[in-house]
Amino acid sequence: MGAEGIGARIARKEDKRFITGKGRYTDDMVVPGMKHAMFVRSPHAHAKITGINKDAALAVPGVIDVLDGKQLTEDGIGNLICGWMIHSKDGSPMNMGAWRPLADDKVRYVGDAVAIVVADTKAQAREGAEAVQVDYEELPSATDIEAAMADGAPQIHDEAANNLIYDWEIGESTATDAALASAAHVTEMDIVNNRLIPNAMEPRAALGLYDEAEDHYTCWTTSQNPHVARLVMSAFYNVAPENKLRVIAPDVGGGFGSKIFIYPEEVVCLWASRRTGVPVKWVADRTESFLCDAHGRDHISNVKIGFDSENRITALKVDTIANLGAYMSLFSSSVPTYLYATLLSGQYNIANIHANVRTVYTNTAPVDAYRGAGRPEACYLIERVMETAARELGVSPAELRRKNFVTEFPHQTPVIMAYDAGDFGASLDAAMQAADYSGFAARKAEAAGRGKLRGIGMSCYIEACGIAPSQAVGALGAGVGLWESAEVRVNAVGTIEVLTGSHSHGQGHETTFAQLVADRLGVGIDTVSIVHGDTDKVQMGMGTYGSRSGAVGMSAISVALDKVEAKAKKIAAHLMEADEADIEIDSGELKVAGTDKTLPWFQMALAAYTAHNLPEGMEPGLKETAFFDPANFTFPAGCYICEVEIDPDTGVTEVVQFVASDDFGTIINPMIVEGQVHGGVVQGIGQAMLEGCAYDAESGQLLTASYMDYTMPRADDIPSIDVSTTKTECPSNPLGMKGCGEAGAIGSPPAVINAITDAIGNNDLTMPATPQTVWAAINR
Amino acid sequence: MYKTTYHRASSVEEAASLISGADDGKLLAGGQTLIPTMKQRLAAPSDVVDLRHIADLKGISVAGSTVTIGAGTTHADVANSAEVRSACPALADLASNIGDPHVRNMGTIGGSIANNDPAADYPAAMVALNATIHTNSRQIGADDFFTGMFETALNDGEIITAVSFDAPEKAAYQKFPNPASRYAMAGVFVAKSGGGVRVGVTGAGSDGVFRASNMESALSASFSGGALDGASVDPSDMLSDLHGSSEYRANLVKVMAKRAVEAAG
Ligand SMILES: Cc1cc2nc3c(=O)[nH]c(=O)nc-3n(C[C@H](O)[C@H](O)[C@H](O)COP(=O)(O)OP(=O)(O)OC[C@H]3O[C@@H](n4cnc5c(N)ncnc54)[C@H](O)[C@@H]3O)c2cc1C
Repeated sequence: MGAEGIGARIARKEDKRFITGKGRYTDDMVVPGMKHAMFVRSPHAHAKITGINKDAALAVPGVIDVLDGKQLTEDGIGNLICGWMIHSKDGSPMNMGAWRPLADDKVRYVGDAVAIVVADTKAQAREGAEAVQVDYEELPSATDIEAAMADGAPQIHDEAANNLIYDWEIGESTATDAALASAAHVTEMDIVNNRLIPNAMEPRAALGLYDEAEDHYTCWTTSQNPHVARLVMSAFYNVAPENKLRVIAPDVGGGFGSKIFIYPEEVVCLWASRRTGVPVKWVADRTESFLCDAHGRDHISNVKIGFDSENRITALKVDTIANLGAYMSLFSSSVPTYLYATLLSGQYNIANIHANVRTVYTNTAPVDAYRGAGRPEACYLIERVMETAARELGVSPAELRRKNFVTEFPHQTPVIMAYDAGDFGASLDAAMQAADYSGFAARKAEAAGRGKLRGIGMSCYIEACGIAPSQAVGALGAGVGLWESAEVRVNAVGTIEVLTGSHSHGQGHETTFAQLVADRLGVGIDTVSIVHGDTDKVQMGMGTYGSRSGAVGMSAISVALDKVEAKAKKIAAHLMEADEADIEIDSGELKVAGTDKTLPWFQMALAAYTAHNLPEGMEPGLKETAFFDPANFTFPAGCYICEVEIDPDTGVTEVVQFVASDDFGTIINPMIVEGQVHGGVVQGIGQAMLEGCAYDAESGQLLTASYMDYTMPRADDIPSIDVSTTKTECPSNPLGMKGCGEAGAIGSPPAVINAITDAIGNNDLTMPATPQTVWAAINR
Repeated sequence: MYKTTYHRASSVEEAASLISGADDGKLLAGGQTLIPTMKQRLAAPSDVVDLRHIADLKGISVAGSTVTIGAGTTHADVANSAEVRSACPALADLASNIGDPHVRNMGTIGGSIANNDPAADYPAAMVALNATIHTNSRQIGADDFFTGMFETALNDGEIITAVSFDAPEKAAYQKFPNPASRYAMAGVFVAKSGGGVRVGVTGAGSDGVFRASNMESALSASFSGGALDGASVDPSDMLSDLHGSSEYRANLVKVMAKRAVEAAG
């Protein structure tokens, strides 16, 4: 392993440039002749466009052109699509309405793009955008699920009658109903999963450059998956064929899912560059980020869970409705179906599960994957209902869970997922010990003496990561395969470049991927460079989301390294006149086992390129590619325990203890893993206590469109987090990794709400549990 | 469309003449409210008259029991002033909890009270301390100065030069911050002096800062938290928004008032 190999807690290579302000983001890109764009956006939640008058805007000094949806349609630019087909239970395909990159007949949410203004400066573009006169005929709007499904609700897309996109199910309905009917105890709850706004630190941006001489496009953009962006813009949006389109995602300042999707702006900037003949740059301001980045969550559900007389779960029945917003974003359909309902078995052995999921259009920003994507919603539902059932049954929440844990692997759930490895009891024990669970009663009594209500809550989460097997996701409706690719290039001097289709936007790939190479070849990480984020450099890739870069992306590197090692050993064996099977790679040298013969790594590399003396028939060079397609998802799991103290007079809630015990399989860099857990837990506490996106029901305006009203977690909202890990290796990838990017955001919200409801003795509480909400629950 | 002409005034007189000569001018102090408003294009003044370089508007002085604070004094200077801390520690505490360090080092007391944001902290103190607002043409009592949300008794172009008040016997400020903006959702300033007890409330009232007169009489009879047990706050006089219903705000006003009295000792 060495000092920089797998398991080493080393500082991140990329942090020097980030901390010193030398990162290079899309907005830092400057190309000759570049101009600036501003979008004209709908001020209405729902309206017909009856006319667009550009005269005044075109007269603004510096304005080069104003382009609208009709022109975009004339030029044959396609609809934005959702790339995952879901069929309703009656077999009909989902009812997808058209999403034009620039609205041409109707606007469907506040912020919907209507036109683009290109000008010499950003200020002029903005002034031009204000001068574009759009005539609207306002229509009634519906921003929440109930309003969209009500009789006589406004019809948002012609294709989706009553705004219903699909009505889908999974599992056995009849068997589940029968098991519930004969259960000794049934716990039933209505559960709301609140809508969130992602808030990546770097706003989205795009720079489109059309080169007339080459008839070629380049797009710099804030993407988590530049190759997917190129594929989709080429195959579906008619921007340009793949060989005429280069997509570069340079340094990207956080994504959390919101930068997976291909949005109107990058498509329009590319098209506008050809139309105007100048490179066009757009950078979102913070208000645009609030209005137009894909939001997350927004489910309402009813759940029933049945137990036998020994408190073993016999059945789980779930009815969920999810709000997908005004348009179906790239993966939106999969989030409340295959990324959600397939995890409803939680860590438990449940023989009968049935879930029905409906999705609806509303006059709100599109909703798509956000850190956890479907899994936080599943975890919240199952972990809230387990805690509630324990209270109703009068048993310890820990013991009710433990009694129902899956303990034998592999374990086939009734909802597709086959859990491959885990030790749920180990995480539970570790978390309870770290939290001094048994000492809680004394702490509660002590807090009561200070007039505080103290509560404790837990959550035993499981999720599916490393999103994954191409054949499996294809059978479920995915439009893409979910493998990953890597190329390992050993240079003539022995240094190494790894080209990966994964994309780092905060995860630290430049460090962890180099650690894998260091581990395998015994070289220092400074001799290893990670290249990513450019479709002209990297062969192909599926990008970073669903905690897949380790389990899938690094596995591809590992397989490529197998091939590099095999060839390096052949060369070394040839040069040292030894048997290939006796060659060992260690500390930057190739050694003949049992002898003192060694060949430095760089000499072997040089030999591969001078090619003066290679084994018979061997091609020169040392560079290998691999595409890795795993056999299964990975299943990170763990136990989180949260303890809160509440001021009953104001409802102010303080998280006084938070313990996370996770099983991520093999860990490459513990420091980075801890950082991922910290960040995820902060977002989870944010969802549970602070963040709640709100639209005005009447006007459809976004009420939480700035930090004045949208509460992002701040340092003083967050306790010190106790992070530890247990380990079972994942059998379906060569490294035994499970992924850690989303766990914190998945596991923490139910732990927090279970703790607050425990403290106040009222289970009727919705997220975010703000002081006002908690106070109201105490006084109900 | 959004052009504005910047003027730097070096005296109050010069500022007054610049602002009266402007078409649609605005005085600029710390800029912590005006500049964001202009950036959002909710304000588009033809002229901006910068008061920050007028030495006469800055500084804190204590004469006898009277504390005078120049309108251009920053929140940070009030928070860190030894004079304020000894004469009225509650005011120094209040200033030290406004916004963030950037806001405190730029924002001024004059700008804050001229703006009279219904969630700003200083107005509660001015009312509770029965402060006098000095302008370039007159003196206005705090009770008459704050006339409603974002409304004051100032005439167009009138410039606040200072505020003054008599140091109270006891005072304290308790602020319940809005979780998102951290402006006051209910801020209660309680001050006891020879003239009795005054209670200024910000953040909560549907018409901006107000005096809680029923609390004042209860506290004049007995200056203790318990004296407020029976005091009621009418929710129908309270603001209601995403962050706090009027019932919740009414509750907060009472809780913050009690805590302020207890903190004042
Ligand atoms: C992030 C943030 C957080 C904040 N948090 C809080 C908070 O918690 N509590 C709080 O109370 N405030 C808060 N504020 C507001 C802050 O206190 C401002 O400083 C204050 O509201 C305005 O003061 P200013 O000196 O910046 O005035 P400016 O913005 O320069 O001016 C504000 C208004 O007052 C007028 N004006 C300024 N000076 C005078 C004068 N001498 N005579 C007449 N009119 C004048 C201007 O013309 C303008 O209309 C916050 C602001 C920000 C940006």
